[in-house]
This record gives sequence, structure tokens and C-alpha cells, in this order.
Amino acid sequence: MVKEIDERIIQIDKEIEDIMSQECKDEAKMYVLKRERHDLIKMCKNLEPHDKVYLARHKKRPKVTEYIDAVFEDFFEQKGDALGKEDGSIFGGIALYKGLPVTVLGHRKGNDLNENLKCNFGMPGPEGYRKALRLMDQAEKFGRPIITFIDTPGAYPGIEAENNGQARAIAVNLAKMSALRVPVIAIVTGEGSSGGALAIGVANSVLMLENAVYSILSPEGYASILWKDSARSNEACSMMRLTAQDLKEFNVIDEIVPEPIGGAHLNPKAVFKMVDKYLARELEKYSKMSPDDLSRHRYKKFRTIDQKYLNII
Amino acid sequence: MKLSVNKLFKKNVKQENGEYDNVATEQKQDEKITLKEKNENSSDETLECPKCKQIFNKKDVKENMNVCMACGYHYVVSADRRIKLLVDQGSFRPLKCKVAFSNPLSYPDYEEKIKSLQEKTGLEEAAYTGVGKIDGYETVIAVLSSKFLMGSMGMAVGEKITNAFEYADRKKLPIIVFAASGGARMQEGIVSLMQMAKTSAAVEKFSTNGGLYISVLTHPTTGGVSASFAMLGDITLAEPGALIGFAGPRVIEQTIGQKLPEGFQRSEFQQEHGFVDQIVSRDKMRDTLAHILRLHCKRGK
Repeated sequence: MVKEIDERIIQIDKEIEDIMSQECKDEAKMYVLKRERHDLIKMCKNLEPHDKVYLARHKKRPKVTEYIDAVFEDFFEQKGDALGKEDGSIFGGIALYKGLPVTVLGHRKGNDLNENLKCNFGMPGPEGYRKALRLMDQAEKFGRPIITFIDTPGAYPGIEAENNGQARAIAVNLAKMSALRVPVIAIVTGEGSSGGALAIGVANSVLMLENAVYSILSPEGYASILWKDSARSNEACSMMRLTAQDLKEFNVIDEIVPEPIGGAHLNPKAVFKMVDKYLARELEKYSKMSPDDLSRHRYKKFRTIDQKYLNII
Repeated sequence: MKLSVNKLFKKNVKQENGEYDNVATEQKQDEKITLKEKNENSSDETLECPKCKQIFNKKDVKENMNVCMACGYHYVVSADRRIKLLVDQGSFRPLKCKVAFSNPLSYPDYEEKIKSLQEKTGLEEAAYTGVGKIDGYETVIAVLSSKFLMGSMGMAVGEKITNAFEYADRKKLPIIVFAASGGARMQEGIVSLMQMAKTSAAVEKFSTNGGLYISVLTHPTTGGVSASFAMLGDITLAEPGALIGFAGPRVIEQTIGQKLPEGFQRSEFQQEHGFVDQIVSRDKMRDTLAHILRLHCKRGK
């Protein structure tokens, strides 16, 4: 449903733009269009899981680069894994957050085709995960909190990625992140698929945007594995329970960050403000914890993350 | 040892049996062996090796540690037999960590599936853990079984593995894990994904406290298991010809739109790329493990 609404909104926006560019503006038509746009957005309540997957993957959905621009100051980008490669699908560096130095990083999908290709559509290889770990290790050295933005279709399944140890790179990140002695906050902003998402997601607090999704695998991959039919992905979306609301119930995430009706892309500024508010609150929570306690807190969180369903007899 | 991956692969494509086609093929072969063992004790049952195509008496193959006498092809071996082949007689006792069935996604027919697998394999779940002695050295041992829902890691497997590392940490014992898994368990959704973080964190804690972890990768070790505890060993061994990697071969082929090179993601490939210390055939496994344990035991036995 959201897909059709979104396509109509894009059309309306184009029509409005056309009218605006004319010398003699058709005010009446513009009013009708704006009214329709308003009504369409209002219809985007009570979304189905597959609608959320659509929004989570929306091309105009705010990206890690925009979050860093809007929420942080004085950003200094760091590149490379220092082992032989730079992987553009992980973007990160040092920045100030309300005057406090932090390390910030996330999956980068890119904003146009050229950028998409450069960052492999946000699908890191092992070099990307090693780059992320390099930045996080440094954050620990200098006592900087770490903020990660999760938005990936998954770790890249390719020959080179396998040659260079994709599995080991992800495993090492999971292990090392669990023991970091600084606060780690992860925010799922778009789609968080599989170990490729979790590899930068072992955090003290995991926040998730209202229309973001987070799952064991992409819905297409899930349908393909279980039913040998990737076309059944809508069904998989419902089966997998991948929405922020589901994950809150599962105890896998800590907080849901509200979005404007119709999705984050319709009002990015409001989203940045909201992320800022939640982030400040989480960082404040951990500011008084000792390095040992921070590491213990994270360990315990993941040790007991399945407690709602786990029953040892 | 070279594997005729191509032959295997052709056979699998025909079967169209899902994500880990090749695995399923080999597994079926192995199931035949165990089934026959149960049903009849006839000694003239034969078996065609999927690799070299030679025909052998099933009983002889079984007595040869489920390894083909001609080409060294390693058949899947059950968890309890794996342990029997490994430990000093009578030294093994299972760890108590029984996890009740739970179905977080309310996945249809999941409980029936688990129950029937429990009956068929005699295992509680896809992981089996315990403590035993290898050549006198006491060690924690965890074995995943590919016969139990492809050795996939859901809550029960994640908990058993984590529990084994925590036990080894408390008792200051080394741990040996035999991995065999298609990855995270799809039927339990995101909760399965979280087991990757849970188990990896347990390995890290154990490791920081100075514990020795030997990871043995067997056929197959992929997905969420290879991308968590299986790839975190201090020493990593692999059985010959095992499929080891992150993404399954079919997924990679679909993504890149080309056939994968022969031997891709096999043990020998992983060793060449620096991720496996030694490839160890089944008949040498016990001696090799004892050797490593000896080298880490400061005061000897």
C-alpha cells in the first residue's frame, strides 16, 4: 500500500514543482494537489511489515552521512582498515557530540547510483568490518563513546569477501565489541539484515527508528531458504517479525525512535531532532558507568537477550 | 587431498534441495548408513562413495571412522560417535544444560519437527556438550550435529555453546568445539541472530581469562555459526574437504552471476587463505588434539 502512496506522492511533488516553475501559477490545482498529498500521508498509519520494509529501504531515507552532518559537529573522516583496503560501505570517523568527542560510524549505501556502486549498496566486505573495528578500538583507547548507524542489506556474499575472511571478520567484531570499555549506542535507521548488521550492533543500547526493520536475513533471502521462493517475501516479512515494535517485544532493542507519519524521508529534520534527543538520553545514562561496568553491562545484555523465550530445565 | 567439487555440485543442482544442496546429498548418504545399522546387521550392505564412486561394504566404511577407504572422503559422523572416536574410554559425561522447546515466531509445525528430530537422532538439540579426557587431558567438548536441522543455531544451541564456554572458564579447562552448521536457525528469527553475539561474547570472555579454545571446522560450517564462535578459535583445525565460509555457494553464485571456482570455500581453500592452522583427517584427530593440549599444559599431565 505504502509503495503506491509513495509513487503517487512523488508524482504530485513533480506536478507541484511544474506549477511553481510557471509564471502564471494555477493556485486552484496546487491546492487540490497539496490536499491530496496531505490525505495520502495520513493514510500511512497502521503499516504492514512489508510496508515498513519498503520505507526502510526508501531511496530518500536519511543516510549515515546526513545523520553525522545534522547531529554531530566537527566531523573528521577516517578511512581504511590499515591492513590493505578501504571499504566505502562503512563510513566513520571522529566527531563532537554536544562538545564531547565520540567515534561515529555506520553502513553507507550512497545517494545516487555512482555512490551506490562505490559503497557496494551498503554491503561491507571483511575490510569494512575491520575498518569499523579499527575505529572502535581507537575509541576505546581514547575513551570516546561509540555511536553506530545500522542500515545494510547484509554482509556482501562474494568471492573476494570469502577469500578475505568475511566470517572471521564478523565474528571478531562481535567478540571484541562485546568487551569494549566505552559506551556503545547502536541505532537501526534503515534495514538491518543478518550478521552484517549485528557486526556493528553489539551495543549497550540498541535504538531503532519506528519504520526500520531488523532481521536474521533479508525477507527475500528468508523466503528463498525456507520456501525456495524469493517471491514470497511479503509473507516472510510478516513471519519474521522484523518491525521495531516486534523487536521491542522480543527485548532485542531498547527504544523505538518515532518517525513522522509516512516515513523519515518526508521530514528528515524532525528525525534528526528525535535521534538527537534519544541519543543524548542514552549517553547520559552511561556517562557515570566505569569502563568495567560498561563492558559487564553489555555482556549481560547479550547473555540474557533471549530470556523472554529461553527456558532452561 | 582434492575434492571433485564439480561432480558433487552437478548432482546437487539436479536435486534442487535448497540452500545447502551439497550438504543434503552427503547427509542422505550418511543417513543411509546409520539407518541400515539400526534396521539390520547384514554385513553385505554396500555404499557408493559420492566422491570416488567406488563401492564398499558399509560396515567397513563405518569401522574406518566413516571415511572412504579409497579416496579419504569424510562422511558426516553422528555427535555421539564423534565423541566416542575421540575421548578416553568411559571418561565422557554430558554437561547439564537442557533447554525447553520455545517457538518465538510461532513458526508452523516447528515443535513437531524438533520432536521428530529428537527421536530420530537421539539428541536433545543440534549441539551436544560435555567433559571428557583426551589422552589424559581433561577438556570440555562441544559437537554440533548437521543431522539436526542442519546444525542450525537457535536459542538451544546458542545456550549450550555459551554454557560450555562458561563452564570451561569456571573450571579452567580447555574447550574443543566441532562445528557443523548451515548457520543461524531461520525458524527462530532475530532471536537466533542474537545467539551470534551471545556465543561470541562468551568466547571473548573465556579467551580474555586465558582459556584455550580449539575450533574444529567440519562439513559444513557456514553462516551465523562460522561468523561467530566457530571462527574465533586460538587454534583452528578443519576436516578435509569441508565446506567453510560465510555465504552459501548458491547465494554467492546468484549474487555474482557466475560459477564458483573448483574447491571454493573448502578446507584446503580456507587454509590457503590463512584461516585454518591445519587440515586434519579423522584418523589423526585424536592425536592432533592431544598434541595441542599437551603443548598448552604447563605442568604436563
